[in-house]
Amino acid sequence: MEVSLSSYSSNKEPRIYKVAGPVVIVENLNGRMYDVVLVGRNKLMGEVIEIEGNKSIVQVYEDTELIKPDDPVENTGTPLSVELGPGLLTSIYDGIQRPLPLIAEESPFIRRGVAIPALSREKKWTFVATREVGDTVKGGDAIGYVDETANFRHHILVPPYAKGTIREIASGEFTVTDTVCTLEDGTNLTLMQRWPVKKHRPFYDKRWPDTVLVTGQRILDTLFPLAKGGTAAIPGPFGSGKTITQQQLAKWADADVIVYIGCGERGNEMTDVLVEFPELVDPKSGSPLMDRTVLIANTSNMPVAAREASVYTGITIAEYFRDMGYDVALMADSTSRWAEAMREISSRLEELPGEEGYPAYLASRLAEFYERAGRIETLSGGEGSVTVIGAVSPQGGDFSEPVTQNTLRVTKTFWALDAKLANRRHFPAINWLKSYSLYQDQVTPTLERSYPGWVTNMKRLMELLSREDELSEIVQLVGSDALPEDQQMTLEISRMVREYFLQQDAFHDVDTFCPLEKQYMMVNLILTFSDNAYRAIELNKHVNEILDLPSRPMIARMKYERDYEAYSKKVSAQIEKDFNELFGGEEE
Amino acid sequence: MKEYKTINKIAGPLLFVEKTEPVGYKEFVTVTLSNGETKRGQVLETSKDYVIVQVFEDTQGIDKQTYVHFSGEIIQMPVSGKMLGRVLSGIGTPLDGGRKIIPEDKRDIQGEVINPYSRTLPDEFIQTGISTIDGMNTLVRGQKLPLFSGSGLPHNEIALQIARQATVTGEEESFAVVFCAIGITQEEAKQFINEFERTGALQRGVVFLNLASDPSIERIITPRMALTTAEFLAFDYGYHVLTILTDMTNYCEALLEIGAAREEVPGRRGYPGYLYTDLASIYERAGLIKDKSGSVTQLPILTMPGDDKTHPVPDLSGYITEGQIFVSRNLYRKNVYPPIDVLPSLSRLMNSGIGKGKTRADHKALSDQLYAGYAEGLDLRGLATIVGKDALTSRDQRLLLFADTFEKRFVMQGRDENRSIETTLELGWDILSTLPEDELTRIPGDILEAHYRRETAEDEGD
Repeated sequence: MEVSLSSYSSNKEPRIYKVAGPVVIVENLNGRMYDVVLVGRNKLMGEVIEIEGNKSIVQVYEDTELIKPDDPVENTGTPLSVELGPGLLTSIYDGIQRPLPLIAEESPFIRRGVAIPALSREKKWTFVATREVGDTVKGGDAIGYVDETANFRHHILVPPYAKGTIREIASGEFTVTDTVCTLEDGTNLTLMQRWPVKKHRPFYDKRWPDTVLVTGQRILDTLFPLAKGGTAAIPGPFGSGKTITQQQLAKWADADVIVYIGCGERGNEMTDVLVEFPELVDPKSGSPLMDRTVLIANTSNMPVAAREASVYTGITIAEYFRDMGYDVALMADSTSRWAEAMREISSRLEELPGEEGYPAYLASRLAEFYERAGRIETLSGGEGSVTVIGAVSPQGGDFSEPVTQNTLRVTKTFWALDAKLANRRHFPAINWLKSYSLYQDQVTPTLERSYPGWVTNMKRLMELLSREDELSEIVQLVGSDALPEDQQMTLEISRMVREYFLQQDAFHDVDTFCPLEKQYMMVNLILTFSDNAYRAIELNKHVNEILDLPSRPMIARMKYERDYEAYSKKVSAQIEKDFNELFGGEEE
Repeated sequence: MKEYKTINKIAGPLLFVEKTEPVGYKEFVTVTLSNGETKRGQVLETSKDYVIVQVFEDTQGIDKQTYVHFSGEIIQMPVSGKMLGRVLSGIGTPLDGGRKIIPEDKRDIQGEVINPYSRTLPDEFIQTGISTIDGMNTLVRGQKLPLFSGSGLPHNEIALQIARQATVTGEEESFAVVFCAIGITQEEAKQFINEFERTGALQRGVVFLNLASDPSIERIITPRMALTTAEFLAFDYGYHVLTILTDMTNYCEALLEIGAAREEVPGRRGYPGYLYTDLASIYERAGLIKDKSGSVTQLPILTMPGDDKTHPVPDLSGYITEGQIFVSRNLYRKNVYPPIDVLPSLSRLMNSGIGKGKTRADHKALSDQLYAGYAEGLDLRGLATIVGKDALTSRDQRLLLFADTFEKRFVMQGRDENRSIETTLELGWDILSTLPEDELTRIPGDILEAHYRRETAEDEGD
């Protein structure tokens, strides 16, 4: 049977020309770059990513099965945007900000073409106006607030490019689309605003990040601190604990808002977060951790183009909260999946590949993303920050691959996860010799004020650990018995640092979060023990005698103690007693 | 009817068909040869100028005179509760001489994405009777836990032992096995089927066979058919389904073949750039759904080429699955069965499946300590070969001995030995108690107090 091409319609309406996986080529679209289009009869959401002649290339955020050439396409004329307003917190969205709980009401499976608004149109919020008629406001100014959760005040801001004098404003019960304020020029302000995800939200000025983001994870806070408004990369092979580390940060970091992006990861892991977070209590506010969290879940089997969108959706929400003057921490797990999504789309477009098949623009996309972090002065003169922590899943655990390398170029903290440590269940499996933080000098002055000796302690720990590394090479050749006693002691002390201090149990009630003060006390105890031990060696005591002292296992148990202050005093006294007896016995 | 005789190019498994009416992406295709033989396929790319069809069987005999028929639908497979006990080919035709499956329903073999919000977190402990798994890499219902193995290692035996022994303590529920062979040899397949027949597991199982001699392209759909069946049995019939997929490496080779035929830009080591996404569309089809009583647990097996775990297949699998069980050539050479190397093995869902009320309160601490001790013992083993045992401190010598005991008593067990979780944990304490009490820094004091056997330690210390 011969069919002539005339069976295709020949009018100038936008029509599909070709479908290859998530990439759809559309004829006669006349769209702009990054315009959102609705593809086919099911109106699947997509985005224009290339234009050539009368053909536009669209990446579609949903499964394109049974989409046909000649199907209609509709251009919305706007770029991919997110809805910003009350109702974001405690939400869980897919990559293009569709609320998963509402999708679940229809079916436990995600079906195509679902269009549900991100913010509920029915729910009424109590808006309290803080500005009056006649006030002049500009973009970024707060006109009032909504108490979104028990402990969170959601400020309602004038959208960035609007300004004028308030003609009308009222407190009361409103939905997100009701007008709460009208300006002289007729602009209506609602509780909700939209913002295109690929464009960063404006701010007045960037500031130097100088406050530590307390994470309650000892190796991070003490050795490799991250600043509020800083960037960090956590690369590691599978099974090294990237996700657990990210989740620990999401639980315990002292930020006001957490945006957690599960980008191309496991479905059950997202479920884990969904089950666990509402049960956990924020140590600062006493309310559930979920109350300060926005989750974005694009699991590995969801359409690949939406994976790319999820990262942008997340950072835009983070910037919105930042503009209210909050400290926001964003975790992206994992940015490698995002990079792979770029690679997949790029290969479908038959672009010339860069290294390992990744597109040539990989580096610039990563850089753009991490640059949206920062501590900033908002348009209204306040201060807010977005901290970005990106997990990287290097292929084969090889850190020289393009995603890791390009990420390291733009992030200032590097927490290197190590499969060897993970294999022996040393968690968090962060390698202390490879990791670094470039924020150390910026954040330590404040720490030093509260905890005198913090910097010296940190340096001493690092010296011990690197000395251990050198010595262990010798031990490999001659055995530890052949080392002089003081060097054997160094090995033992650094083992104490590793096992008693660096190891931390994310699943233990108490150990999961370690306050800065406790970290400080633990380091002090270990170093006090160490000072005394070396003195004992000088007095010709044997390593074994020192190791048998009862205070040593007591230091080991400190991490599990809830009442750490009292316990620390007890251990401290025991150390003094132990060594006095040790020295005393000699002198008599 | 959309039927055409306009094939312009045939390359490997791909047909390029011209001058068609609009054809949908992923549409199901039948190809009729001039001798009347039919083959099945799927649309891989569609445009106004041409359509690329991927044929699931070999393309031998296809010429430009061949008819291509587009169905207008995606690939669906007939499913039925009566599939239990059946042996089917890689594309679902009965191989056991039995009747055609009378469908209760038709299902899209691609499966649907489970909303993470609708999932239930897997937390039911499955006792496999194997200490290295139950004690240290616990499997839970709804998990996907692959065996990472190498050619010539007894991964099949281990998988069979798990399938035979797996129980959920204290529960009598409907349990089914879906076995999916992907490009394995006739002999291997025989081994599985004989074993299933011997133990009666076939009565409550469905077998899909794509053998090494079958067209490699079929391998793309075999696991999807198996999983569609598993999901149907789990979520429509309420069975707890254990799905064994072997060997996933053959599946990936088939993907590579198609990628090459389509002249795609390759990613790492020649595999297509979408390998991760594609594997995810298989592995993610495991789990539990709220308000549904069944579950799908996946036990994929993959052989690592050259025992290299950084090879793209194990590497990308490891990033998707919830852990992995490593089968070690080293242990196998030492005659340790099952040769499971616990150090690189991991079960990500272990913590939700163990502890008080599930296994025992001391489970996690015990497991952590065994890990730490064994890891250090192995390091020392390396050291001892260089400097000699005598140059080690007495502490180190005890750890060295600990590693040996661990392999001989804890790892090693019989092929039919079905250890209860109690036995496994007690065995763990027996072995740990050969170490001095203050070495056990991973164990909180109260647990240590309750389980540590001082007598053993004193004997050892002498």
